[in-house]
Amino acid sequence: MHSGSHIQSDDRLERAALEPIVRTGAGFYALAGVLSCIVALGVYAWCRQLVYGMEVTGLNYPVFWGIYITNFVFFIGISHAGTLISAILRVTGAEWRRPITRLAEAITVFALMVGPINVLFDLGRPDRALNIFKHGSFHSPLLWDVTCIGTYLIASITYLYLPLLPDIALLRDRGTRHRFLYRFLAMGWSGTEKQKRALEVAIGIMAVVIIPIAVSVHTVVSWVFAMTIQPMWHSTIFGPYFVVGAIFSGIATLIIAMAIVRKAFHLEEYMQPLHFNFLGLLLLTMSLLWFYFTLAEYLTTFYGQEPSHIKVLQSKLTGPFAPCFWLMALCCFGIPFPILAIRKTRTVSGTVLASVLVNIGMWLERYTIVVPTLSHPRLPWTGAIYHPTWIEWSLTAGCFAGFTLLFVLFGKFFPMLPVWEIKEAEAAETARKAQALPAAQPM
Amino acid sequence: MAQEDKKPQDGEQAKQGLRRLIVTIFGSLLAAALLPLKRHAAVRTKEAEKPQVPERYLPKWGMVIDLDKCTGCGTCMVACAVENNLPLQNRHDMEQERVIRWMRLLSLSLSDGELPNGKARLMPLCCQHCDNSPCIRVCPVRATYKNDEGMIAQIYPRCIGCRYCVNNCPYTCKFFNWREPHWPDPMDSALNPDVSLRNKGVTEKCTFCHHRLLRAKEEASAGGRGVKNGDFVPACVEACPAGAIYFGDLNDHSSKVAQLLKHDRGRVFRMLEDLGTEPKVYYLMEG
Repeated sequence: MHSGSHIQSDDRLERAALEPIVRTGAGFYALAGVLSCIVALGVYAWCRQLVYGMEVTGLNYPVFWGIYITNFVFFIGISHAGTLISAILRVTGAEWRRPITRLAEAITVFALMVGPINVLFDLGRPDRALNIFKHGSFHSPLLWDVTCIGTYLIASITYLYLPLLPDIALLRDRGTRHRFLYRFLAMGWSGTEKQKRALEVAIGIMAVVIIPIAVSVHTVVSWVFAMTIQPMWHSTIFGPYFVVGAIFSGIATLIIAMAIVRKAFHLEEYMQPLHFNFLGLLLLTMSLLWFYFTLAEYLTTFYGQEPSHIKVLQSKLTGPFAPCFWLMALCCFGIPFPILAIRKTRTVSGTVLASVLVNIGMWLERYTIVVPTLSHPRLPWTGAIYHPTWIEWSLTAGCFAGFTLLFVLFGKFFPMLPVWEIKEAEAAETARKAQALPAAQPM
Repeated sequence: MAQEDKKPQDGEQAKQGLRRLIVTIFGSLLAAALLPLKRHAAVRTKEAEKPQVPERYLPKWGMVIDLDKCTGCGTCMVACAVENNLPLQNRHDMEQERVIRWMRLLSLSLSDGELPNGKARLMPLCCQHCDNSPCIRVCPVRATYKNDEGMIAQIYPRCIGCRYCVNNCPYTCKFFNWREPHWPDPMDSALNPDVSLRNKGVTEKCTFCHHRLLRAKEEASAGGRGVKNGDFVPACVEACPAGAIYFGDLNDHSSKVAQLLKHDRGRVFRMLEDLGTEPKVYYLMEG
């Protein structure tokens, strides 16, 4: 039934997608080794913190939250990659999404695993973390966080797993390693019409359900700050501002991950400059939105001239946080905007450069939201300066390494390309062409 | 051929598996959503079963600090630290800005310049025991609450040390234990047995010397009466050599604090009053 070229392209696709799973090079071991070492350093740092208490951090009065909370907000932010690309593009039927949905969904799950760990780092008594369930109070925005992030994690694991099913079955049938694992995970998938229909329905439902969950997640993360009465935290704009920032950094992370996977797994044929162009356009849109929200937020504060607020604002514009603030503005808007706006520079390397800058900028944005407000309480304080210690930096490095490691290991066990979804698109394309030809002939 | 026969069975299995997966996920989500409801229901029935006690008089404890009398000597700070087993601070803590002082002197500079040219105003500042308290709202584990008599309390064994309440206190009057408290040799035998010690990693705060209230209650009930104004004062009030701090029942119109607030109305103010936190610590301006 299939044309010869079709079978050939299917074979090539399978080979490209399964090659990294079948063959393990020295590069993989080297990378996994280095990443594990960084994670181990983070574990050592956390052990020290558990033994000596929060004394080992740079936190003090009145800066009670530092880069742990910054990391938490940042990672929850990049978890929005999966939702946007995969769910929104699936719902709107954007065909070009197909080769990159798996990557996006994986980023979501791993960012959601790493992000909340930072809250544990930040707790004075992590051993009592389960009190949240025993004595939980829905008065507290922190419990809203627990609820929404928990739901999002379960939903996004499901959303990663469902489209993986046919590919796991493919591995079970074709692969040679870990057959037991794949047989278990494939849940008896055999690719019948009935199963396919059920899967389509399930993915369709999840794609719709996961969008409001994702929006709620970053909204309540922002409400942790906005619900307080502290200057420049207590802002009604924070919900949408954080959601926009989250999608912004999520797309940037996806572009970086795409470029790396494309290079490492030789997937140039599937992840084309076209994808970087489209995602670059999305990134450009989010950059403009981010700029609009930032301007709205800071201009209203500046114009109001309320003393407690203006104190915080000044520390950001001209004070000790000015380098962070202006670097953020450059990284989130100043440099990426022209790169992404000009078609000539919106290339693979151009979008990757912009994405790296955006991620640096968004981390700095989270930092300049968390720390300056705390440094300037309403009542005068001697005003300590917060300098993160090596313990905090090690844990941060550990988080980034852990995130990458999870990603690398995922790539070792599962195909980074959604094989069946690409096949499906190709089959549909062939069918369309076949149908179009006879229709063109006059009856 | 054999494989052809197996296929439909596999399909059935997959469908069942999928269905089971979806049921499990949505079931657990639903259960998680309903759990708090159930607990609320339980609490409600427990409340309903409670025997109806006759309405009894409840004092509302409050503090008045007369800045006209305050000399800024800092005795209140020391008395508080000794009474409440505050950890001994060292130079390192000072440099790191990690000193725990439930009662401290806030320094407001009135004119620019270093001392002695600059002019500063010192104000004793402890937990304001807000009636509409921002710290209680944000605690995720109900480790901080307002008791019947209006005091804001902290449950040390339950606190998870997230420092959210500290961040939402506009007065920065809650404190975090950055390290295990330490008292050198003779000091550790002189700790106040009435006040529990706090471990590293929890938040603590001024209690209006709640342990003194408990003792006063015991004595009062031994005498066959309820606790009333004047039965106890916190350590800072007792120690103030200038007699600048008053403490008592704000609900009792005959109490000294109520009288002061009534007669010196022109001088009365509260800290950051416009935030609507309704503090129970009042200040009398310098006249």
